[in-house]
Amino acid sequence: MYLLEIKNLHASIEGKPILKGLSLSIGKGEVHAIMGPNGAGKSTLANILAGHPSYTVTEGEIWMKGQDLLSLQPEERAALGLFMSFQYPPEIAGVTNRHFLKTALGALRKTNISDEEFQALLSEKMALMGMRKEFEERSLNEGFSGGEKKRNEILQMALFNPDLAILDETDSGLDIDAMKVVAAGVNQMRRTDASLIVITHYQRLLEYLRPDFVHVLADGQIQRSGGPELALELEAKGYA
Amino acid sequence: MTAEFSATDYKYGFVTPIESEVFPRGLTEDTVRAISAKKGEPPFLLAWRLKAFRKWKQMTEPHWLNAKYPAIDYQAISYYSEPKSKPRLDNLSQVDPELLRTFEKLGIPIDEQKRLTGVAVDVVFDSVSLGTTFRKKLEEAGVVLCSISEAVKRYPEMLEKYLGSVVPIGDNFFAALNSAVFSDGSFVYVPKGVRSPMELSTYFRINEKETGQFERTLIIAEAGSYVSYLEGCTAPAFDTNQLHAAVVELVAEEGAEIKYSTVQNWYAGDPKTGKGGIYNFVTKRGLCRGAKSKISWTQVEAGAAITWKYPSCILRGKESVGEFYSVALTNGKMQADTGTKMIHVGEGTKSVIVSKGISADESHNTYRGIVKVLPNAANARNYTQCDSMLVGNACSANTFPTIDVANRKAQTEHEASTSKLNEAQIFYLQTRGLSKEEAIQLIVNGFCKEVLDALPLEFATEARKLLTLKLEHSVG
Repeated sequence: MYLLEIKNLHASIEGKPILKGLSLSIGKGEVHAIMGPNGAGKSTLANILAGHPSYTVTEGEIWMKGQDLLSLQPEERAALGLFMSFQYPPEIAGVTNRHFLKTALGALRKTNISDEEFQALLSEKMALMGMRKEFEERSLNEGFSGGEKKRNEILQMALFNPDLAILDETDSGLDIDAMKVVAAGVNQMRRTDASLIVITHYQRLLEYLRPDFVHVLADGQIQRSGGPELALELEAKGYA
Repeated sequence: MTAEFSATDYKYGFVTPIESEVFPRGLTEDTVRAISAKKGEPPFLLAWRLKAFRKWKQMTEPHWLNAKYPAIDYQAISYYSEPKSKPRLDNLSQVDPELLRTFEKLGIPIDEQKRLTGVAVDVVFDSVSLGTTFRKKLEEAGVVLCSISEAVKRYPEMLEKYLGSVVPIGDNFFAALNSAVFSDGSFVYVPKGVRSPMELSTYFRINEKETGQFERTLIIAEAGSYVSYLEGCTAPAFDTNQLHAAVVELVAEEGAEIKYSTVQNWYAGDPKTGKGGIYNFVTKRGLCRGAKSKISWTQVEAGAAITWKYPSCILRGKESVGEFYSVALTNGKMQADTGTKMIHVGEGTKSVIVSKGISADESHNTYRGIVKVLPNAANARNYTQCDSMLVGNACSANTFPTIDVANRKAQTEHEASTSKLNEAQIFYLQTRGLSKEEAIQLIVNGFCKEVLDALPLEFATEARKLLTLKLEHSVG
């Protein structure tokens, strides 16, 4: 029984086909890397899984935990245990990070959490991510550097404790030190039975996240699949 | 179609079948005399009204606002509407049940509100103030909250002294009109050193089709006193436009503080065609007469076809403080041109302006403000922040700030920003478990935070809901 099954997925944006028959199955506790050239449809796949309204699925199915994912609203998918770390998380003025995190956690758990319980949880996870306390009070993502935004995304992954996390180009725009911190955070946070989809251009991040499977996405389909060695091969030879 | 939209989109679009006595349409000296006679007013007030009427006749309707509307036919309006059943009220059981049902429809559980929050509610239903609750408790504290008509009878010397002292009868076209024909409104008097034991609240609602509502409010806070006054407004959905030309005057003596909060949700007209809706042309002004006095205007303007108003402060007393916190939300075809005037007359006076404009659909939203520092206002300070949020691509936002400083020791600061409420933010929050509605609420509340924080608690909750409700249909 897979955690996630994507069958023959076709999708387009503004009438332009992006995914053309993509199939992928992910088991519990597995780490899958999806690599591929620009414009191959990697971020499209992530956005469709999360439920972005701009994409139209023209054919195919996606099942998660026995549920028809495509019939669910983004917030229902989140409640089901799906999480996406955004490549470019938006800024929201006037909403403190803490208020946002507490509201989101309450919505996901469908119950209110006491301030004490939440604060204890938040402090613990922020310490793991090496985030200073001031990030609790700052407006969500406003004035955050690229690295700070990514850390804040992984902090959410830690708090929300999803069954399946999609990291969409989490390494983009990060220098090597920032990437190490983020990767270490992901590793520390991850439950052994939780699954991970890592979308990336580069092999670099995979040195730290150690995927079980590596897939090459090009022209809207999975072209090749293999073990970690495939990432190394791609690094050496390119996607051609 | 129109009827359908009115019924579904405007939650408060209903008419209460309470019998009214309505004057025939038209405005002449006789109309003014008739209003005054109807209310049994003393001669000084009739003379005052007539003077205002004569001034008004010589004035021309201004059109400098950043909005368009067809000419108003002042002879086609009826200037007085009075519910025929006129209860004397000491408690809610004496209130016309029809009226109570109206409040229920409005979502204002006054009974609940009264019990839980101890708010005294002075209800202005069309033009006659139907009654004042909690008056007893206020009376014990020496605080007067009553209708202007009643104040005319009980405190004529006070009215003679203060009426028109902050907004003179010839101040502007609409203030002159109001002075001539004002129907009723609220009067508040807080004696020296008294803190009002509760927040004072009034709900205005226009019920009679094609009656202008000409409210008159006067609040006097004596030295060292404090009062918080809440004003909420709604009107049923009619196809014709209704003119609401109110005047509010505040006077704060030495060390006194007046906090005036408004949540305005008049009918805004049909969102598709722009037909109907209220013209909200209001003059609100406060005078900080005494040293260290303070006047705060907090407004959430979420309705009316056109909003045209500038709640202002004249900071005459040394070290007096004026504040203006505003959220103006426009959607459909609404137009708003609102802001404030802070006139620094005294030394060491301070003012703060925080304006948040949200425009959606095909609406137009303008902030217009003046900060004026007069020659004697040494060390005067102003901080102004104007933020605009756009929802969609068909709306517009404008900011016209004027800063006029005639004293070298004064400091003024101005910040402005424009942002967009976008799909990306909403999607992001949805992927974090929030529904679309919760997402919009979080974003809009964040944007309006400083203003909502300035509102009394129960009003802030109502305002939050209102803003979310208004934007739901405008986003994606």
